[in-house]
Amino acid sequence: MTQPTLQISNLTKRFGGVAAVNGISLDVMPKETLAIIGPNGAGKTTFYNMLSGRMVPTEGRILFEGQDITGLPPHRISRMGVSRSFQINNIFNEMSVRENVEVALTAYRGDSRRWANIASRNRPVQDQADALLHQLSLSDLATKRAGVVSYGDKRLVEIAMVLATQPRLVLLDEPTAGMTPDETHRVTALVKALAQTGHYTFLITEHDMSVVFDVADRILVMHRGETLALGRPDEVRAHPEVRKAYLGDTDEELVQ
Amino acid sequence: MKRRLTQLVLIIILALLVLLPWITPYFYIFIVTEILILGLFAASFNLIFGYTGMLSFGHAAFFGVGAYASALLLQSSEWPLLACLVVAVLTGAALALIIGYFSVRLNEVYFSMLTLAFGMMVYAVVHQWRSVTNGSDGIAGFQMTSLGLGLDLTLGNPSVYYHVVLAIVVAATALLYLVCRSSFGLILTAIRQNPERVAFCGLNVARYRLAAFTIAGAFAGLAGGLMAPFLRIASPELVHWSMSAEPVLMSILGGTGYFLGPFFGAGMFVLLETWITSWTQAWMLVLGIILALMVMFFRRGVLGTFLDWWLERK
Repeated sequence: MTQPTLQISNLTKRFGGVAAVNGISLDVMPKETLAIIGPNGAGKTTFYNMLSGRMVPTEGRILFEGQDITGLPPHRISRMGVSRSFQINNIFNEMSVRENVEVALTAYRGDSRRWANIASRNRPVQDQADALLHQLSLSDLATKRAGVVSYGDKRLVEIAMVLATQPRLVLLDEPTAGMTPDETHRVTALVKALAQTGHYTFLITEHDMSVVFDVADRILVMHRGETLALGRPDEVRAHPEVRKAYLGDTDEELVQ
Repeated sequence: MKRRLTQLVLIIILALLVLLPWITPYFYIFIVTEILILGLFAASFNLIFGYTGMLSFGHAAFFGVGAYASALLLQSSEWPLLACLVVAVLTGAALALIIGYFSVRLNEVYFSMLTLAFGMMVYAVVHQWRSVTNGSDGIAGFQMTSLGLGLDLTLGNPSVYYHVVLAIVVAATALLYLVCRSSFGLILTAIRQNPERVAFCGLNVARYRLAAFTIAGAFAGLAGGLMAPFLRIASPELVHWSMSAEPVLMSILGGTGYFLGPFFGAGMFVLLETWITSWTQAWMLVLGIILALMVMFFRRGVLGTFLDWWLERK
């Protein structure tokens, strides 16, 4: 039996008396793409914050590839192979697009040439950054200041930085939020292509249901911090409570 | 084109600095020696302020211990100056490592306050530990022996000492420039802009901050090590917290966004001080007005504002 990439048991985060995430248990298998949906305030981002080390859980455990990562600082979790993107663009605005990616690559490659890095720019890192930008069709923007590229391109830079750390588990937080239909399509295609390479396990939160049903192998529906449903897209789509609480009974589009 | 021009300007400035003793009044040798030393001090400070985004109010501690290290060694040993400077560098770095270890984990105003507190502690130790530091009198009356490397120079001659300072400061500045432009420097810039994102890239932000703080301490120690033989004394004023304010003011005056900004600021600071004090006692008042105007209207500093304008131009 293969070991799950992520084993989450009874994960809980309380702020004062309010439980933002309450007793979530879940296994994510290697190469799986799991989408997490739920209305605003359902606890998706808090859930991510615990997985990536931004917040320490009140209760529960998180195992990544069998190792306990509960409460570790973000850089340790990232080093182990878990990388996340952010719902609100979180990049280095004053640096070039390529430099943004270089920073993320340095973490992954940093150890090998650490002393030389203090006095010179690491060439292999620059080359790798260019390769990654090419892969995401961002080559033309490499020397542009990250703060001035379009919103959609910033979202892609964010994804490039996530991939640069060579993760095995990728947490995407609403990657298509605020994108044009064209850009959304680009990101969806990218996620699907990356999933097919078999190098990554994806968790993805998303408001756009067409994206969710397009990319997800399984869907976790959260409601008020708890698991409302967990299953394959068709199961979730047919789930009476999900339809009532979140998707809305009248949403004909989803039934089709 | 602009790159060429920049290089040309730098080469001309460097040539003028080398020829300075033959082209200016004797008095200016002292002024420019001081500018070079304080410029290095300010540039070392700007590695943690302008690049890494940490406002330290205790940078004089490293400058001061560097000054005391070289003064004490020149007084008690026959060591050549270069060996004394190596010790000054190591002393500055070691003290920065210790103070940084406790400080870099804190953010913003808490970091600033803790570095200020440590700076005051170092001042108190230097001021009170009479058996070693000679208290408020400081360490004076040491002999300038030799430079080292088998060079036979009369270090007591201000013009010779000026050239020694120029050579060492230029070499140190080149090294510091490499650090700023390196992969390491890139991470420091990233930390200034968004430390949290750097952590999510898998980098230990506290460790990078500590490394930057220690390197800055080493260069500040070197500047201090050059200052004591220049002044012929290492006194507690060099460690005082008001001395920690100087690199802050110089960096803001010159501009923190460009590598040479702090040097430019040091030049303005010393020259203005010299000129203004020659006709009024109220040098601090004038400096205050200039700084207030800078912060209100030219936040990028004098050199920064000029270069921003010039580089944006077609």
